[in-house]
Amino acid sequence: MQVPAPVEYERALSVEEAIALLVKHGSESRLIAGGHSLLPMMKLRLARPEVVIDINPLAGALSYVRREGDELAIGAMTRHADLLASALVSEHAPIIAEAERVIADPVVRNRGTVGGSLCQADPAEDLSAVFAALGATVRIRGPRGERSVDIDSFHTGPYTTVVEPDEILTEVRVRIHPGASSAYEKVERRVGDWAIAAAGAMLQVSGAAITSARIGLAAVGAEAFRAPRAEALLSGKEGSPELFAAAGAEAGRECNPHSDQRGPEDYKRHLVSVLTERALSRAYARASGGAAR
Amino acid sequence: MRIEMNVNGRPMAAEAEGRTLLVHFLRDTLGLTGTHWGCDTTNCGVCVVWLDGKPVKSCTVLAAMADGHEVRTVEGLEGESGLDPVQEGFMRMHGLQCGFCTPGMMMTARWLLDQNPDPSETEIREAISGQICRCTGYENIVRAVRWAAEHPQGADESEGVNA
Ligand SMILES: Cc1cc2nc3c(=O)[nH]c(=O)nc-3n(C[C@H](O)[C@H](O)[C@H](O)COP(=O)(O)OP(=O)(O)OC[C@H]3O[C@@H](n4cnc5c(N)ncnc54)[C@H](O)[C@@H]3O)c2cc1C
Ligand code: FES
Ligand code: FES
Repeated sequence: MQVPAPVEYERALSVEEAIALLVKHGSESRLIAGGHSLLPMMKLRLARPEVVIDINPLAGALSYVRREGDELAIGAMTRHADLLASALVSEHAPIIAEAERVIADPVVRNRGTVGGSLCQADPAEDLSAVFAALGATVRIRGPRGERSVDIDSFHTGPYTTVVEPDEILTEVRVRIHPGASSAYEKVERRVGDWAIAAAGAMLQVSGAAITSARIGLAAVGAEAFRAPRAEALLSGKEGSPELFAAAGAEAGRECNPHSDQRGPEDYKRHLVSVLTERALSRAYARASGGAAR
Repeated sequence: MRIEMNVNGRPMAAEAEGRTLLVHFLRDTLGLTGTHWGCDTTNCGVCVVWLDGKPVKSCTVLAAMADGHEVRTVEGLEGESGLDPVQEGFMRMHGLQCGFCTPGMMMTARWLLDQNPDPSETEIREAISGQICRCTGYENIVRAVRWAAEHPQGADESEGVNA
């Protein structure tokens, strides 16, 4: 279908008002941020809300990237293009900048938001893998107050999250670890498309030793977008090409991709191992002070 | 609901349903048919207009979301002194064949040149990577945008139309 089914339009001028409107209209209402996942789904009748609540007026209050102590705080209404342009992001979380360069296309990136991406929770959502690798925390507000949720328990399945129908995601927080860096690798069928497979890595390094490792995988059915067995191989070891190849191979084995129009399962496992290995090598070189590109 | 927006510098107002997409509001309600509409999946980019100064795909924005905002369409590209250099570039460098993708391509090209007056071929291709042209193979679109970059004031009188 080319146009959404009839829907009532409401506009929220504050976070409180967004929550009040969600409470008023109940579970048949949906927030609309960039609308670049919700509107295509409404056209296809995969989503059929009775009311959409426009939160774009909150862009002034909820669009920001700032450093607060040893954390990076990213507002939910921050657009993909703003993340890509942020110097703070490139400096402290190169994985975000590398992912943003290959998320959709430049015009879509002018609209799509961080909050919308996380709440859409598409199994191929690049930012889900990115924030899983970064060990982010997500802030959520609703009629029962505010809570913080660890990214590992944020997703409850494909297209579902812990965000209740009357709640709004307001912020994502990422810790800036000393001696840590990160990288992202993605293969898509054509420019601007969703991943066939993608892998991100964050490594914390002390001397030559890896003190902490996190891997985020998109589009390959990884539990909580992570690769825990591959991560366990890395902790406490000195970084080396052999180690990263072994961890990549483990990630390729432990994820759970399905054959579909984007490719067969074995191809996706192969991609995961190669992309994980590359992301790890680059994150390690960066964390060790090398200028890996 | 009643929707008001500034389109190409002029205030416009009309009734629309909550579900009305910006592209249809512009075309069917305001009669600005320069903006095209080509897909259901936000992939083709023929519908690109500026919303508050940035290119967006108007098939994936509700008209209601643009209420109170500024929109610029291809009809707003031509200035007091004539065609925008981007329009002239498309004409001179044969940047179109059927012309279906052209309004969207030109809106993105104008925005790119405003940000980056001297873009490389790679930067031009990246900027239009969310837009599909089935005719030109993109070569002449890139040349058209380069022409506009090299002629920020438009054509020199002496160059003639087929220069
Ligand atoms: C052509 C195209 C290509 C794309 N390619 C990619 C890609 O390669 N990789 C990728 O990762 N993504 C891709 N996307 C998706 C894009 O990143 C979307 O912008 C994003 O998924 C959704 O963000 P949004 O702000 O548009 O969300 P919306 O569509 O507005 O909302 C999505 C869902 O989240 C809910 N929601 C939105 N904001 C909040 C909030 N603050 N709190 C609670 N709930 C909220 C909405 O109710 C809705 O259910 C693509 C999209 C398009 C159209
Ligand atoms: S009509 Fe195809 S992207 Fe808008
Ligand atoms: S000129 Fe025909 S689609 Fe581009």
